[in-house]
Amino acid sequence: MSDSTTAAPTEKLTKKQLKADHPTWCPACGDFAVLASFFNVVQKLGIPHEKICVVAGIGCSSRFPYFVNAHGIHFIHGRALPLATGISLSRPDLHVFVFGGDGDGFSIGGNHLNHAARKNVNLSYVVMDNFVYGLTKNQTSPTTPIGRKSKTDPRGAIDRPINPMAQLVASGATFIARSHAAQVKHMNEMFERAILHPGFSVVETLSECTMFYPGAFDDGNPRKGGAFELVDEETQEMDSIEAAMGLTADLSPGKFGVYYETQRPTKNELEREWLTDAQSKIGDATQKDLLRQRFASMR
Amino acid sequence: MSQTTAPSSDTIRNAVIRLAGNSQDGIQSIGAFLGQLAGSTAQDVMTYMTIPSTISGGPSIFQVHLGSGEVLHPGDEADTLVAFYQHSYDGHLHTLKDGGICFYDSDNVEELKEERGIIHIGVPFTSATIEAIGGNAKSRGKNIFVLGLLCAVYQLDRERISEIMSAKFGKKSEDILRNVMLAFDAGYAWPVHDIEHMPMAPGENAAEKRLSTDGNTMLALGLIAGGVRYGAGYPITPWTSIMEFLRSELPKYNGMFIQCEDELAAVSMAIGAAYSGHLAITGSSGPGLALKSEAVGYACMAEIPLIVVNIQRGGPSTGLPTSVEQSDLMQAIYGSPGDAPRIVLAPRDVEDCFYTAIEACRLAKKYSTPVLILSDQAIATRLEAFEEPDLEKHWVEPTLDLTEEDADWKPYPLDKITRHSSPGSRSSQEKYPVVTGLEHDEWGHPSGNPLNHEKMTAKRRDKLIDLANSLPTPEVHGETSGSLLFVGWGSTYGPIKEATDRMISEGHKVGSINLRHVHPLPNGLTDLFEQYDHILVPEMNDSGLYGYGQLATLLRAKTCNGKIESVNKVQGISFRVLEIVTAAEALIAKA
Ligand SMILES: Cc1ncc(C[n+]2csc(CCOP(=O)(O)OP(=O)(O)O)c2C)c(N)n1
Ligand code: SF4
Ligand SMILES: [Mg+2]
Repeated sequence: MSDSTTAAPTEKLTKKQLKADHPTWCPACGDFAVLASFFNVVQKLGIPHEKICVVAGIGCSSRFPYFVNAHGIHFIHGRALPLATGISLSRPDLHVFVFGGDGDGFSIGGNHLNHAARKNVNLSYVVMDNFVYGLTKNQTSPTTPIGRKSKTDPRGAIDRPINPMAQLVASGATFIARSHAAQVKHMNEMFERAILHPGFSVVETLSECTMFYPGAFDDGNPRKGGAFELVDEETQEMDSIEAAMGLTADLSPGKFGVYYETQRPTKNELEREWLTDAQSKIGDATQKDLLRQRFASMR
Repeated sequence: MSQTTAPSSDTIRNAVIRLAGNSQDGIQSIGAFLGQLAGSTAQDVMTYMTIPSTISGGPSIFQVHLGSGEVLHPGDEADTLVAFYQHSYDGHLHTLKDGGICFYDSDNVEELKEERGIIHIGVPFTSATIEAIGGNAKSRGKNIFVLGLLCAVYQLDRERISEIMSAKFGKKSEDILRNVMLAFDAGYAWPVHDIEHMPMAPGENAAEKRLSTDGNTMLALGLIAGGVRYGAGYPITPWTSIMEFLRSELPKYNGMFIQCEDELAAVSMAIGAAYSGHLAITGSSGPGLALKSEAVGYACMAEIPLIVVNIQRGGPSTGLPTSVEQSDLMQAIYGSPGDAPRIVLAPRDVEDCFYTAIEACRLAKKYSTPVLILSDQAIATRLEAFEEPDLEKHWVEPTLDLTEEDADWKPYPLDKITRHSSPGSRSSQEKYPVVTGLEHDEWGHPSGNPLNHEKMTAKRRDKLIDLANSLPTPEVHGETSGSLLFVGWGSTYGPIKEATDRMISEGHKVGSINLRHVHPLPNGLTDLFEQYDHILVPEMNDSGLYGYGQLATLLRAKTCNGKIESVNKVQGISFRVLEIVTAAEALIAKA
């Protein structure tokens, strides 16, 4: 997301200013790298400290707000997006960042994702996808691959995982990217572009749960013998739904980078337009006068 | 009115008119016109209607109670019945009082029952309207014909009603307005032979600025006056009209109302706006409130001011979507996981919706907690006339406080009521808060410390005890001591008050109170109840496994008073005055 009201770059924040509690994540959890990358980008973009608003639902990844020294709100499981929508629409001066897991975003909150995307709400959303339920200790998640054993699938997962990238394209998100927590530079770039994008921007970040699903993303990590293949933005048609859908066909490990990027009026703009219009028709009347006029019409 | 053949010089003080037809015949608009007329001529009015729950329409009624003085209920029985069809006639004749008047459409109603001295007056509504308007009018306009007929019979202010109709139809087209006037005049001029005209006495409700509208409109306007500028919702009957209204009105007030994908999103979005520093509202009816309950509990825990409107309807699940009931009280008070104290208010009538909404706004801000407003289908949809609110006294300017927080500010202080620092506010400590639903310490850090949980639970509870201590004992209508006290909440107010007056006039020593603050309850109730031999709580909910309605159960828990008894009704319709009187007399006689 980006907003035209962003003030001229203020004094850049230091990492020390941005750090809050030490994360309670397990050692080497992929989420550490996501946090570090978020700090990098916020520092670089020079967002005023008090205008940062970090929002999350419930999960290991959703603990994010406690680890950032900024206005934050830790909400209930699956509802971070509608909450963040309320913030974004009512406070255009803020920079709204939503963080959460695959269970939070694609399962319990799955329908909210569709609607925040189609409404093109101005905010940035990072899904820290670890293909598992971390906080509740190793149950199958909506992105768990078929055959993977968990506490709720002792014989291996049998349900076809959802395809988050295809879902995002289909539901109308205007900036859709995919990254890997082991690739910090790439994450930095994706987060920065997501933040600068006007409208609903999502970065699905493969973030390893070292506790319950170690090695889940080795196939996308060259240091572990995998391949980190990038989307070729020179040849890829960035605002083509068909082209983006093409990329979503294979996500194991698939390509990394921006899958789809387009410009469409945000819900924030469209709602404000109505507001401004209504205001201009009112002229000099105060709000109290308006209510009085309404009473007069009810006599 | 009591006489059916009143000489035209005599006036009547009350008239209960029941219009029975199909919803597509526009009987609601006859009722609405009569309501608006009463409001603007210093008369009082209360209406009652049934709405078929199918879109294609179907049998439907609209009852109007007009009065020169105060009107407290839509009328136990009708003085006049207007029957459009045979099924309307057959289905509603029993609601007409002995010796009442029945106007029926002689084009549609063929079989009459001669009973109880009822006076039948056949008028060809359908063909007379076609004749008056001419052309291809079909059956459209017969509602207006009937309106004209009623205006003549009750000698209502013809000029004023013409103005109201012009205002309504003139906007549409000249043609429509001309047809409307033709139909009205034809009805007005129709010769009615068997009865004399029964002119309504002039209104005694002196206030010069009187409004007439329904409860949902008044609730929405009260929210605006109280400072609400943001909201979110999902449609469900009978809540929907509030969200429709706010969606179109709030932009004028520099606010916004968002239609969401479901109730979970709606309450979350409203909490987002509230967290951002605005006064925000979400709302629904019973099933939708159930979906919101996790997030409402979050707002209790995180101490976020939030207004949640619930327009109660009938039954669990989809139940009776277009009927009235008061069965969501326990859900409103306790419907969240864990100990999640919140405030619950109930308006008693249409006018009170406005003031209850303003009170909800005040309390949500003062106590930084959710406030539920429990209205019901009857108040939501019926029309009443009342004095225009004085905005000089009641208007609250919305604010967004982004002042920098002092060095000693904390989000969850144990010794003070929480006052959040909205995002965008700077912190002089360079330390920003996280608002959370996890149990937390004073700084909002998650904490599993057992004693901390106990202290924080007490913090969230004690602020409501503080509120309870500040609430005055509700004013008693009638006798302040004696044989019986009625205790009601919400829309039972009117019938209970009327029942009280009737019993007093029959020599009983009774009084009644209506509780706007249903949670927490005012402290003075315990002593007040001691002043009576019996306490009777009429409620439109079930008496449950232990024999007491939902409020009665709470009152028993609060006061330990074994005299508290219940009278319950779950028919999807409001109490009749007589039902309340009968229950009270039986209770008094038993002792
Ligand atoms: C309404 C509700 N249902 C269930 C839970 C329990 N719960 C907490 S987190 C979670 C799943 C978390 O998985 P994910 O979103 O993938 O986050 P991760 O821990 O993997 O980062 C569940 C089921 C809850 N807190 N609330
Ligand atoms: S359980 Fe997994 S996701 Fe959660 S903190 Fe540990 S490693 Fe990270
Ligand atoms: Mg997960």
